[in-house]
Amino acid sequence: MVAETARKFQALEAQAQRLMAVFTKAGYEAVAPAIIQPADVFLDVVGESLRARTYVFTDPDGSELCLRPDLTVPTCRLHLERHPACDVEARYCYNGPAFRFQPAGADAIAHPREFRQAGIEYFGSTKREEAEVEIVRLTINAVRSAGLKDFGLRIGDLGLFHALLDALEMPERWRARLRYHFWRPDAFREELARLTRDPAEAVHDLPADLMAKLNRDDLAASEAAVSAYLAENGLELVGARSISEITQGLLAAAADAAAEPLSSEAAGLIEDYLKVRAPARAAAARVRDLMENRGVDLGSAFDTYERRLKLLAGAGLDLGEIEFSAEFGRNLEYYTGFVFEIVVPALGRGSPVAGGGRYDGLLKAVGAPEAVPAVGSAIHTERLLAVVNGDGP
Amino acid sequence: MTGSLIFAVPSKGRLMEQTAEALARVGLNLRKTGNDRGYRGEIEGIDGVEVAFVSASEIAQYLKSGRAHLGITGEDLIRENIIDADQRVELLRPLGFGHADVVVAVPACWLDIRKMADLQAMAPTFRRIHERRLRVATKYTNLTRKFFQSKGVSDYRIVESLGATEGTPASGAADLIVDITTTGATLKANGLKVLEDGVILRSQANLVLSRHADWTKTARAGLRAVLDRFKD
Repeated sequence: MVAETARKFQALEAQAQRLMAVFTKAGYEAVAPAIIQPADVFLDVVGESLRARTYVFTDPDGSELCLRPDLTVPTCRLHLERHPACDVEARYCYNGPAFRFQPAGADAIAHPREFRQAGIEYFGSTKREEAEVEIVRLTINAVRSAGLKDFGLRIGDLGLFHALLDALEMPERWRARLRYHFWRPDAFREELARLTRDPAEAVHDLPADLMAKLNRDDLAASEAAVSAYLAENGLELVGARSISEITQGLLAAAADAAAEPLSSEAAGLIEDYLKVRAPARAAAARVRDLMENRGVDLGSAFDTYERRLKLLAGAGLDLGEIEFSAEFGRNLEYYTGFVFEIVVPALGRGSPVAGGGRYDGLLKAVGAPEAVPAVGSAIHTERLLAVVNGDGP
Repeated sequence: MTGSLIFAVPSKGRLMEQTAEALARVGLNLRKTGNDRGYRGEIEGIDGVEVAFVSASEIAQYLKSGRAHLGITGEDLIRENIIDADQRVELLRPLGFGHADVVVAVPACWLDIRKMADLQAMAPTFRRIHERRLRVATKYTNLTRKFFQSKGVSDYRIVESLGATEGTPASGAADLIVDITTTGATLKANGLKVLEDGVILRSQANLVLSRHADWTKTARAGLRAVLDRFKD
């Protein structure tokens, strides 16, 4: 681990002031959420890869706490504390340390275990694409104000992917599974293959005599059959799941087995879509062609994508320079729609200097009464400074 | 003796006896030395080797930090306690004892859950109904995370458990467990079953080398002398 020198601290502080000036001037209120956060709230909402890298500890009182691994969740909690009903629009900005475990041998400049994030969060805006483009524009203005010149913008859109799944013929359960696996390409491919192969696989090893007694239209009788089966086989009901939950699970497996396998055309279309990686405008044309060839209508999701591009162009960005990647997935599972990253050649794709996107489910997950539109971004300030100073790896 | 090969072996219990037996079979006889309550020893007839009697779980730490050059401990403890195990240590050879499987076990009454994929498919529903993630009790937190990630299961929380892990689903402290099993009898007695693809690691005691130890000339000579006995 590289020790922080006083000089670098001053340089980081000076840079942070420039970033924060851009944000506050745009009407974002500067806030300082708590560094120490309750572990359960945090670990429940972040994805597994970040969870494994969060420093968790127990205080003398026995409470499980963590050092925040990012500032987005703490900012959500701060907003919720101020507005429990989450019924007001709010714009926040911040600059402060975040902490992540780094395996031995990780590059200390691109991946320090203590790093400073400067970022913005915009809650409650119903003008969705406008809010997204505002976040991108401000993030770019901020890194430019810090002296960054040569960088690329990558974008992705989970909305298109979700619309594609909705447009294809399959049980809702399968859609949920595919959405869920978007973040893990290997598991996703495996699931897709499984659904096209033989959904009946799902019941091959289940007790046939019991399965024959189950009927989705008669839950009470089905539950009684499951109870009887457990008793006959000397199996006690252990744990939190009820007979009803187990029965529903068996019925879902039976429904999967009875369903037509996912057509190879549909699976092929999903795979082809996920391979799309091109400049933003060309990508739109490519996606349109793919869908028209198979007679699939993405509906408003496609219009939303186009509208966002128009707004990005209006904000002065060169669409030829923006790369769209259908598979562009972030490690944070809380993103729900538009996502973006600012990458620089010196650090490569694994270490973006900034990134963000839409995460409409997060406020609800930390306690808001319902889903709240939210979009934000964060800048990895050590990386930014290293690149601007030309002392990257 | 400075520069000696430090050889860490289990200090107590069945594992210590089996280690001594396995070493004796290849003609390496451990002998405790000095009067420091028996934590140091030597191997009869081999110079430049210092034996350290250490608890099995600590042996992994000794090898990781390089405090010991060579050690005998379970592969489960190596993989759990050394995140980048393949960079830090080398498993030289399995020794044929200390067998234990690290497995994922769920309540046997979960008739609808047979594979890791079923667990994953059920997790969102569980979370909706119970308003929390599935809880996995284990002392193998690193092995669990790695394995669950490789299987695409992410809707869970780990509850660290340092004893009687197999009882946690019945007590309500957890929903499923990751633990070691040899015959499966304890799992069964607690109303649990192993998932079909839920074997994380088939572990046994191994002779393990530390890549980060100070490999002096004496230590290298000591290693050769020990390994020579294991040939054929």
